Amino acid sequence: MKKILALTLSICLVLGLAACGGGSTPTTTAAPETTKAPETTKAPETTKAPETTKAPETTKAPETTVAPAPTSDKIKIGMVTDVGGVNDKSFNQTSWEGLQALQAEDPTFEVKYLESKTDADYQTNINTFIDDGYDLIICVGYMLADATKEAATANPDQKFAIIDDATCADLPNVACLMFAQEEASYLVGLVAGSVTKSKTVGYVQGMVSDTMNLFGIGYITGVLEACPDAKVLQYNANAFGDIPGGQTAAKDMITKGADVIYHAAGGTGIGVINACAEEGIWAIGVDTDQASLSPEHVITSAMKRVDVAAQDISKAVKAGTYKGGEYKYDLSNGGVDLAPTRTHIPEDVLKLVEEKKADIIAGKYKVPTTVADCPAFELK
Amino acid sequence: MTDIINSLGILLFATLAYGTPLIYAALGSCFSEVSGVVNIGIEGMMTAGAFTGTVVAYFTGSPWLGFLCGGLAGMLFGALHALATVRLGADQTIAGTAINMLGPGLVIMIARVLFNSTDTIPLEPSQRIPRLFTGVFDTSTTFGRFMDNVFSTYASTYLVFIAVILVWFIFYKTRFGLRMRACGEHPQACETLGIHVLKTRFLCVMISGFLSGLGGACVTMAISNQFRPISIVGQGFIAIAAVIFGKFRPHGALLGCLLFGFCSGLKTVLGGSSGIDTQLISMIPYVVTVIVLILFVGRSRVPSASGKPFLKAR
Repeated sequence: MKKILALTLSICLVLGLAACGGGSTPTTTAAPETTKAPETTKAPETTKAPETTKAPETTKAPETTVAPAPTSDKIKIGMVTDVGGVNDKSFNQTSWEGLQALQAEDPTFEVKYLESKTDADYQTNINTFIDDGYDLIICVGYMLADATKEAATANPDQKFAIIDDATCADLPNVACLMFAQEEASYLVGLVAGSVTKSKTVGYVQGMVSDTMNLFGIGYITGVLEACPDAKVLQYNANAFGDIPGGQTAAKDMITKGADVIYHAAGGTGIGVINACAEEGIWAIGVDTDQASLSPEHVITSAMKRVDVAAQDISKAVKAGTYKGGEYKYDLSNGGVDLAPTRTHIPEDVLKLVEEKKADIIAGKYKVPTTVADCPAFELK
Repeated sequence: MTDIINSLGILLFATLAYGTPLIYAALGSCFSEVSGVVNIGIEGMMTAGAFTGTVVAYFTGSPWLGFLCGGLAGMLFGALHALATVRLGADQTIAGTAINMLGPGLVIMIARVLFNSTDTIPLEPSQRIPRLFTGVFDTSTTFGRFMDNVFSTYASTYLVFIAVILVWFIFYKTRFGLRMRACGEHPQACETLGIHVLKTRFLCVMISGFLSGLGGACVTMAISNQFRPISIVGQGFIAIAAVIFGKFRPHGALLGCLLFGFCSGLKTVLGGSSGIDTQLISMIPYVVTVIVLILFVGRSRVPSASGKPFLKAR
């Protein structure tokens, strides 16, 4: 008897977690409101957990503002996230916010996202959108490069866009949205080099790769431009999710005298910002305006306007001007920039930044993009 | 010389930063294992604690209330695990796995309802577990900097060392501790002597959940200032490894956790721009763990009734 009870309970547990997991499992359903549906129906099975009392609230969640009934004249835009998920406080989230804003502004667009929990979900998610007849599929992040290439080759009539990857640029139906992260990093480097009093600044990178190195190269070039005898302490965390690691690295740099630290390290960077806040020095955020993480200590952030890029390419599809190939987002078209939060930056520094920005836009100066052009960059 | 002292300070800071949550969880794991219940659900319990702690601290403004509620959330999951395994005699590994999947799933679902995001809103400094002895040391000197890096740390870190002593005392100096260990060795004998095996185990698994919850809460409320899905990634399993490493004794588990923390710190200190390949450096904590396990730690003896459900009827 007990055994049967135990078995039943185990099954309940398994079903319960299947229900919870199912909510975000990418393969099942698409839009955010529909993803929630299976949870609410199955949630009561997790009888023991008191949290289930909250489950019904999901039905009331105000997100149900999106997507009226699909009609054929809608421009359907599907977005596939990488494993970071749609709330990554980074490019997945920014892209999705951009698409939502686009839909709010122009109701002829219908936008949906599918989250990828593992690498294996990329292909499945892309195929789901293809089957549903989407006009454009936006793949967020270079991790989706292989899946995108495969799907684009197999479906030459389907339009794709991919963020941060240029390996598919030769396909006529893939728009590669590339960002000049070195230019944004160069600007924050100028800020760091100008505000440092100890002439020592820090830099934490999440991984060494050609794309990631651009952040460091731009930053170091900027720092040295503003303060030629500055020392740049560099650290490769080799992880995007190691918060205590980021904190330790930042403490190490602070101990060695750094008073401004820039990070391009995703979640690891959260640790960096925390350590800076605790020690009372400046931190510089990346990708999005990270001032909210510590308003008194994040001096600014190097922003990538992934949202703008996602909107642009969607509009191009509507206007019929879509074409494959590489699209470059840089300072000149507002694709990268200093974050709007600049209140802590002194007037004269801001002026210097604006001057240099104008030089870059005018083509008078080009930020280096290779390690060879930036000998001070030490990470390998 | 200055460099060495500085690096040592950072190394000790990292040891404690990585180690503290592990120690809480490992102490929890000790309770459960020693009483005869395998608890691989530590990870899920930590996630529950990590999330609940930040949410309560965010809404009430009190870090200590948050920390306590983090523990209670872990305890709730502990009770669930105990209900399945102790009361109903379910397979302990499967129930633990279920907890590990249920914890993060449920938490992320609730996060989306509350915050419309998988992350919680970052805590204000006053809502986080406070750091003790800040500003006590003169950081302009090398020695002061060293002391500041090591001792100006979170209150939760100081607390965990008190907890280790307390747990050690309970295990080896109290009647409850003796009975608990007996239940893990020979439950039938205990039952004939009038010890409530099921009650004892139930309680131990709940304590296990409570301590794991505290461990989770100090990840998100001390080191970090918000819950994210990446907050708890594998710490629960490392804590379990540390317990086996420490031969199911609280003080042994403490050493195991500190060793792992130390190696993670070594990774960071050597990482920088020392010229050594980062891939190799990233392996240090795991390689050292394996080597130490093979060379220096003898065979770990599992409590003999561990993993076996105790059914009164037999």
